[in-house]
Amino acid sequence: MIMNRINQKLKEDKKLLSIYFSAGYPSLNDTVPIIQNLEKSGVDMIEIGLPFSDPLADGPTIQASSTQALKNGITTEILFNQLKDIRETVSIPLIIMGYFNPILQYGIEAFCEKCQEIGIDGLIIPDLPIDVYNEYYKAMFEKYELINVFLITPQTSVERINFIDSISNGFIYMVSSASVTGSSSGFGDEQTTYFKRIANMKLKNPQIIGFGISNNDTFTQATQYTKGAIIGSAFIKFLANDSIENIRNFTNKILYN
Amino acid sequence: MTYNINNKGYYGEFGGAYIPEMLYPNVEELRQNYLKIMAEPSFKQEFDQLLKDYVGRPSPLYFAKRLSEKYNTKIYLKREDLNHTGAHKVNNTIGQILMAQRLGKTRIIAETGAGQHGVATATVCALMGLKCIVYMGEIDIARQAPNVARMKMLGAEVRPALSGSRTLKDATNEAIRDWINNPVDTHYIIGSVVGPHPYPDMVARFQAVVSKEIQWQLKDKENTTKPDYVIACVGGGSNAAGAFYHYLEDTSVNLIAVEAAGKGVNSGESAATSALGREGIIHGSKTLLMQTNDGQITEPYSISAGLDYPGVGPMHAHLFKSGRAEFISITDDEAMIAGLELSQLEGIIPAIESSHALAIFDQKQFKPNDIVVINLSGRGDKDLKNYIDYFKL
Repeated sequence: MIMNRINQKLKEDKKLLSIYFSAGYPSLNDTVPIIQNLEKSGVDMIEIGLPFSDPLADGPTIQASSTQALKNGITTEILFNQLKDIRETVSIPLIIMGYFNPILQYGIEAFCEKCQEIGIDGLIIPDLPIDVYNEYYKAMFEKYELINVFLITPQTSVERINFIDSISNGFIYMVSSASVTGSSSGFGDEQTTYFKRIANMKLKNPQIIGFGISNNDTFTQATQYTKGAIIGSAFIKFLANDSIENIRNFTNKILYN
Repeated sequence: MTYNINNKGYYGEFGGAYIPEMLYPNVEELRQNYLKIMAEPSFKQEFDQLLKDYVGRPSPLYFAKRLSEKYNTKIYLKREDLNHTGAHKVNNTIGQILMAQRLGKTRIIAETGAGQHGVATATVCALMGLKCIVYMGEIDIARQAPNVARMKMLGAEVRPALSGSRTLKDATNEAIRDWINNPVDTHYIIGSVVGPHPYPDMVARFQAVVSKEIQWQLKDKENTTKPDYVIACVGGGSNAAGAFYHYLEDTSVNLIAVEAAGKGVNSGESAATSALGREGIIHGSKTLLMQTNDGQITEPYSISAGLDYPGVGPMHAHLFKSGRAEFISITDDEAMIAGLELSQLEGIIPAIESSHALAIFDQKQFKPNDIVVINLSGRGDKDLKNYIDYFKL
């Protein structure tokens, strides 16, 4: 059983704010300053997006930031170099979120090894199927003390949610609605019912909600039933229009309105 | 070794369903039901009837006498170009629209590159009275105006894919995103033997009617069900999958897949995936694809929009890697010349995709008694502008 920064963080008695951004965006070397400023601004956990040319599960905002980051020259190797000393200045959990193909091309074991060396705590690979993970990569992830985070959606069956809960160690990434990232504005009855339904399942892993969270309202709604929330597109829109030094303004609006 | 799909959804090491959880319920519903539905007598009956009365099947297996004389071998053309809507694509869309109806879906989405699959999808949606949305790269919309007009006339909505390189692979991404956003009422009609399992197998089974017909048609003409060679062009690979299907396990039949070399395999402007690709994941399938060292998918090039795809279906990746099929690449120039040659020797103007398969005779020598079947996957009407520009007609 892995017991890393993610598990420690999940034990804290508070609702967690997690932020996603695309590495190498808005400028190639912004990755580290963004991470440092997010921690200073009260963020509990960070998902560092490994850019991909064809991000199937993402909406236009994240795809555009991903495309820009690739144009800026980001590669897996460069990202690892940028992050090499990150643990000298940052202590909150860091997760890499990326599609499977770039990881496959880097070499999965080499990728995991590098993550451990840097101090990455977990991975979210939306298009790595659970059966493939269990058969080929689970032991490897565990060897390098990486938590693999799985997703559930409103369409995921009860049986499958229980299965995902049984193989998870850390938290479950709960997709708020049937959508790609960045597409919802506010949660309606349908979502609230879904949030309650999952809360009532009393899963062993806490849930963190992502997709469609962009302000204090949606953050509060989401965390009423769960351990925390993840914000991606709204933060990327902020980065496009504001400076890294002002990240606290963004997080304050989410946390305190 | 088997060359068909195994019970886990793989051809050898290729295939599978590398999809985000958001797509899992849809793909799983299809996976659990597609074989059952295809085996229902009422499904078979309706599928066969529509192929006959609406599509115009069986398509002829035509002995190309003058072409055979020129290359001193026996050349048969499987005339998929004579199908309704002008290509093999409709075999698949008929099958999938019937599948969608039985799954209770009321809204159809599709991706298209050149517009052939989009037209074939819009056609069957009109036939069945289902709402149809076709995603097409913004760049392709500009260069394939007649097919965009056809889709609109058939009642489909054509939505531009504005992301990434704004061509076929991005149209596919957009269609997948639409499916994520509409998980309950929508069926996604993929146009080739690509995508997550069960799509490659389902599409191959719908296209398999091509090789089924070749078997009995050849029996009538040559008193054998087995040609010496079956040759087809490969973009994603659906017409090749159909032409190869009933010959996959019979290694006495040689299979040749023809890819688009574009301006030359090493020109940087090519779509020859078997030569330029490496193993990876594209659109939910583990297969061969063109990509950077870092795993970013690259943009292919071919004069033929239907072959302009950075991957191949997992069946073809397996046929390539196992050596079961021979892969040959043909340049733009070679294909265009072969298209003109068929027009003038046989009175048949082929689609530029199919012209790639026809260009094989300059690369490969056949024996006088060899029976060579070429899948003439589509007609050239849609390509007239390209032919006119190229030959300054």
